[in-house]
Amino acid sequence: MKQLSSFVRKEFYHIFRDKRTMAILLVMPILEIILFGYAITTEIKSTPFAVLDETRNELTTKIVDRFDASEYFALYQVVNTRDEAEHLFRQGKIRMLIVFPPQFASSQDASVQLLADATDPNEATQITAYAKQLIAESGQWKVNAAVQQSGGIRPVVHLLYNPQMKGAYNFVPGVMGLILILICALMTSVGIVKEKEMGTMEVLLVSPIKPVFIILAKALPYLLLSLVNIATILLLSYFLLKVPIAGSLLLLVSISLLYALVSLCLGLLISTIADTQQAAMLISAMALMLPVILLSGMMFPIENMPWILQWLSHIVPAKWYIIAVKDVMIKGLGFTAVWREVAILFLMVVVLIALSVKRFKIRLE
Amino acid sequence: MIKYLLEKEFKQIWRDRFLPKIIFVVPLVQLLILPFAANFEMHNINLAVVDNDHSEMSKQLTNKVLSSGYFNLKDVSPTYDRAMKSIESNDADLILEIPDRMEEQLGHDGQAQVLIAANAVNGTKGGLGSSYLSSIIMDFNQEKNGVVSSKVQPETVTTSFLYNPHLDYKNNMVPGIMAFLLTIVGGFLSALNVVSEKEKGTIEQINVTPVPKALFLLSKLIPFWVIGFILLTIGVLVGWIVYGLLPTGNLGVIYLFAGVYLIAFTGFGLAISSVSSTQQQAMFTAFFFFIIFILLSGLFTPISSMPVWAQNLTYFNPLRYFVEVMRMVYLKGSTIADLGSYFGAIALFALFFNILAVVSYRKKG
Amino acid sequence: MNVIETNQLTKRFGTFTAVDRISFEVGEGEIFGFLGANGAGKTTAMRMLCGLSVPTSGEAHVAGFDVYKEAEKIKSHIGYMSQKFSLYGDLKVWENIRLFGGIYGLSTRQLAVKTDELLELLDLKGERNTLVNALPLGWKQKLAFSVAVIHEPRIVFLDEPTGGVDPVTRRQFWELIYQAAERHITVFVTTHYMDEAEYCNRVSIMVDGCIKALDSPSGLKTTFQVTNMNDVFHMLARKAKRGE
Repeated sequence: MKQLSSFVRKEFYHIFRDKRTMAILLVMPILEIILFGYAITTEIKSTPFAVLDETRNELTTKIVDRFDASEYFALYQVVNTRDEAEHLFRQGKIRMLIVFPPQFASSQDASVQLLADATDPNEATQITAYAKQLIAESGQWKVNAAVQQSGGIRPVVHLLYNPQMKGAYNFVPGVMGLILILICALMTSVGIVKEKEMGTMEVLLVSPIKPVFIILAKALPYLLLSLVNIATILLLSYFLLKVPIAGSLLLLVSISLLYALVSLCLGLLISTIADTQQAAMLISAMALMLPVILLSGMMFPIENMPWILQWLSHIVPAKWYIIAVKDVMIKGLGFTAVWREVAILFLMVVVLIALSVKRFKIRLE
Repeated sequence: MIKYLLEKEFKQIWRDRFLPKIIFVVPLVQLLILPFAANFEMHNINLAVVDNDHSEMSKQLTNKVLSSGYFNLKDVSPTYDRAMKSIESNDADLILEIPDRMEEQLGHDGQAQVLIAANAVNGTKGGLGSSYLSSIIMDFNQEKNGVVSSKVQPETVTTSFLYNPHLDYKNNMVPGIMAFLLTIVGGFLSALNVVSEKEKGTIEQINVTPVPKALFLLSKLIPFWVIGFILLTIGVLVGWIVYGLLPTGNLGVIYLFAGVYLIAFTGFGLAISSVSSTQQQAMFTAFFFFIIFILLSGLFTPISSMPVWAQNLTYFNPLRYFVEVMRMVYLKGSTIADLGSYFGAIALFALFFNILAVVSYRKKG
Repeated sequence: MNVIETNQLTKRFGTFTAVDRISFEVGEGEIFGFLGANGAGKTTAMRMLCGLSVPTSGEAHVAGFDVYKEAEKIKSHIGYMSQKFSLYGDLKVWENIRLFGGIYGLSTRQLAVKTDELLELLDLKGERNTLVNALPLGWKQKLAFSVAVIHEPRIVFLDEPTGGVDPVTRRQFWELIYQAAERHITVFVTTHYMDEAEYCNRVSIMVDGCIKALDSPSGLKTTFQVTNMNDVFHMLARKAKRGE
């Protein structure tokens, strides 16, 4: 036991001495929370647009004003020809053009043209929808009396769990998943491989300490760091982003520790594959980071992906972790709801350890 | 002198076990997977229907909803509580509850309410799902009552989607990802490169020779520059063969921008190298900046959706400019003249980062 | 003419004085041994002379150039072999020769000639295309030395060049050093093998950052009334605060 603690202390020294990496490890979650919480959204704001007005009457002016006043749009320029507009599109200065043909509103056939830059299709669909609404609101030219819904079925909408539709609710679990994998898997694998490279690993293996303790000693500091980061993320999301912790905090932390364990085992496995630090880092990045960001449901909805990718996402531990966290943290559910995810994570730990041990033995022979 | 240094660099990269594979495999994989995964559109929304009315009308309503193509019917539950279980287990995203005796009520009062309950943990999804559903219901009203709703009269407004008429999200992602890949190769790999020489000790041997530091850094920059170009070409080919995407604009413009951009980012990587003493440090520092650059680049979510402070930050992000340029040349056919200011910005970064690299590289301690 | 001249050369790291006002000279063609225990300050002193480190105070001239203002000029006139041993392991033997020869300005023809010469001399002809990583340590060291003097510099600096090899190989290494000295290349070598001290023309012994003795090996043995350099060292280093 004493041996183990002296080893653990050595590992801590290693890590804490590299102040810059430590600082980065502690700051990164904060950074990501802020970015994801505030900057990563697909809401529409102040879309720059241009107007080609061939009618120029009170009505068209009114419509343009309405657009400009709206938070969704901002008038960039009034143009006189389509070519001018084309230029502006090509320079990236506008993303929509409104064209009022001559005799707009006085003739039956004259209709407003909306030309939207569909480079970002999402944005294009949204801005045209808003635009149509604005036009409808401002124009009563084809007057028809009862413009409001005078009857029929009226939907009442309840938004469950997240009534203000805050994007943070969706991202925070994802950030947790990413940070934990980063610290536990990447750092552990690199740390172990570094000792291999420097030759100090052999020294350790020859010492009376059992190999399993060496690994434990390597893993412990990172586990601790992960806890610190989980705490930071939870604190930030609770106080800064106002994301509630609806369910049991204990359950949440336990699941997170389980996931950290999975990540550590992944790091372990990687360290048995990689010979150099560079290799360990690159494998961790390719095999871990990317899938976590892409296939875990953290940023992009899995349901939209082709079935191969959906299938692949099943082996990404982050995916199950994120589901479990959302269920506990945001929906406030208990263990019965997440037992499936927990079981899968457990299974992963077992499989990974088995694989690592097998690989380790092969290399020793 | 440079000739010998370049020989050395290329040979080392070629002989490395991992590097060449990673340089070409990773980007390829990313190009093949990312565009399919990175997508914010909503289809396949899972719907649970609770029909307490069991009338002709409720059936018609349900049919109409399902035929819209947005929703998958996951569950038909007898009660709201049962439907909620589906939401809790993430089987359903949305509940539509049709009240008891709706048809009767409509006949009597001309009005009735239905409940839409949306899982809003993913706020966007919940919001979009419920608004799709609401507008389908409104259309249903229109059909039934022949009453003009407050929606836009279709004949008044025509919409055209420019540059990406089929609203294919991949057209947006593929050029963006190419930019992203060049960033990784230019920045990451070059950052690790110099540091590994530091760690091995070979850098001292170079420091003691009359090789000027600018020349040494240049010899590091050129190979990655060349690799970047090769990657770009592969990317263009993949874009064409796999996605059927060819640049609308001039391919030469793309290469020109890529050239300057690579200089900028390789310089950035070299600067990080110069101030890092271990590969781990270099990797983490690079990573730290990359996360910021990538999230604030408009690659995954639009810059215009960001809060003002974030938008201002993006001006300092070279990736932002390059992503836009790639998209603009590919989809809009923008020319050099259109993109003059972008070129200036990227060139400035190239200058800045490389000067930074040279200045921060110390031949003596 | 003196190839190296230092006067009160000092290097401080914060409050720690690694090299404390050393003054000495080395003449052309000398084999000068720079001895001392680990931690005595040898490597730090040498790095200052190579232009790898800026002194805190004092003066030094190498090959006639000032280490403060003309450090880059010094570099064309010196060779260097570091403790960590720095040829490129993933390059072949001939590729390393070509790289460093080219950096030091040898023409293509000169390079070809030199390469053959070196390989012949070191008995490495069969290993021309071997990756340096695959060579045994002794051969690596000999190769590193040869590459360090490929451009016939005024002076070559060797930092603990023979660590970790058997006595026979060490002897062979010193043969190379003698040959270089015969070609008027001054050799400045640090070591903590006291028997190697016997091979030098003159030797200085550093203790706690200062030079505590400077003379030929026989001179030192007489002064301290002992029969070998080991004992000389013991007498001086006993009172050392830094080192083993």
